[in-house]
Amino acid sequence: MADEVVLLDFWPSPFGMRIRITLAEKGIKYEYKEEDLRNKSPLLLQSNPVHKKIPVLIHNGKPICESLIAVQYIEDVWSNRNPLLPSDPYHRAQARFWADYVDKKVYDLGRKIWTSKGEEQEAAKKEFVEALKLLEEQLGDKTYFGGDNFGFVDIALVPFYTWFKAYETFGNFNIESECPKFIAWVKRCLQKESVSKSLPDPHKVYEFVVEIRKRIGIE
Amino acid sequence: MVEEAKVLLLGSRFSMFGMRAKIALAEKGIKYEYMEEDLTNKSPLLQEMNPIHKKIPVLIHDGRPICESLIIVEYIDMVWHSNYPLLPSDSYHKAQARFWADFVDQKVYHASKRVWISEGDEQEVAKKDFLQSLKQLEWFLGDKPYFGGDTFGFVDVALIPFYCWFYTYETFGNFKVEEVCPKLISWAKRCMQKESVSETLADGNDVYEAVVDYKKKFISN
Repeated sequence: MADEVVLLDFWPSPFGMRIRITLAEKGIKYEYKEEDLRNKSPLLLQSNPVHKKIPVLIHNGKPICESLIAVQYIEDVWSNRNPLLPSDPYHRAQARFWADYVDKKVYDLGRKIWTSKGEEQEAAKKEFVEALKLLEEQLGDKTYFGGDNFGFVDIALVPFYTWFKAYETFGNFNIESECPKFIAWVKRCLQKESVSKSLPDPHKVYEFVVEIRKRIGIE
Repeated sequence: MVEEAKVLLLGSRFSMFGMRAKIALAEKGIKYEYMEEDLTNKSPLLQEMNPIHKKIPVLIHDGRPICESLIIVEYIDMVWHSNYPLLPSDSYHKAQARFWADFVDQKVYHASKRVWISEGDEQEVAKKDFLQSLKQLEWFLGDKPYFGGDTFGFVDVALIPFYCWFYTYETFGNFKVEEVCPKLISWAKRCMQKESVSETLADGNDVYEAVVDYKKKFISN
């Protein structure tokens, strides 16, 4: 029985990118469906009636929502290929902790950087850089957050790189000069096909953010 | 060997997140040492074990810390997997359980906090959001005795601690959860029949008194 896998997504979403990377890592064939977030499809509304958000993974007709939950689901079902989470409970808990940290910090602070101005923006930039430095510390001398192998935390975090040009331009700062180790890690990840084929061009994301800013009325 | 290693839980009396960890440990029959944290004067141990967020609960197993309540519950479930599993073994149902536990964190918690902290229009919006989130959980519960199905499980653990805060929300917000979500109250009473729950949840009146006190001290009107 062939598996039917569908991904409801929106191309600049870092959350969607997480699932794209995971499916690629596991070598899973799937149908990608681009959603227009201003005109959500009946399939999306039916598959995620609670949050009405992308990404949604649909496996043999059954929807799984929330990106990190979907990544763990894929890991559970396709457990024999390329494990992404440590098998040891303690290290697994640590991986979950850091992925949760990415959710709590990177997305919200990044968003504040391109939507705010003045003091609020300065505070967001400072906190954002601190968060990346903390992640750098956590990475240490490892090749990936997962150690020798690309894993769960790498997947949770690397998609945000595509938004860095937007953050840097609107925030007027340079992430590489603040966090060189972080950028070195990103470059290592980009050498993996599962990553490079799943991430959009940061220039395109930047242009998208320019459009959004116009639309929501930020100068 | 694992079962003999020391287990220590740093928590705080009225924290629903700490209660999740306590219920999970009790369900599994794990002996542990409990340390009450004064959140206005955090212990060096807490700051060392959770340097990132400096929050409770923190589970310290054999000297190693695990932070974030749902991560702690999953860790407990994985390490002591043979006693009373909390997460379903089926991948899809496991994902559903994680989804709804995350829903409690994303929706129920934040709305509930606004109910007792805010006033006027803001409070009305918070009440509406809070009750809406409970109704959505009721919908997911359906006719099952527990969110875990026939047995008490992960989502039940995630949600039941909020029950001892209902009196606080209802008093500040001037509403009754039972009038809007009777099935959920039936579910809560069913959970309270379990020793792991009844021995863990704080008394609703004590929670209320503590919140009144907290508001007087830290939140200016």
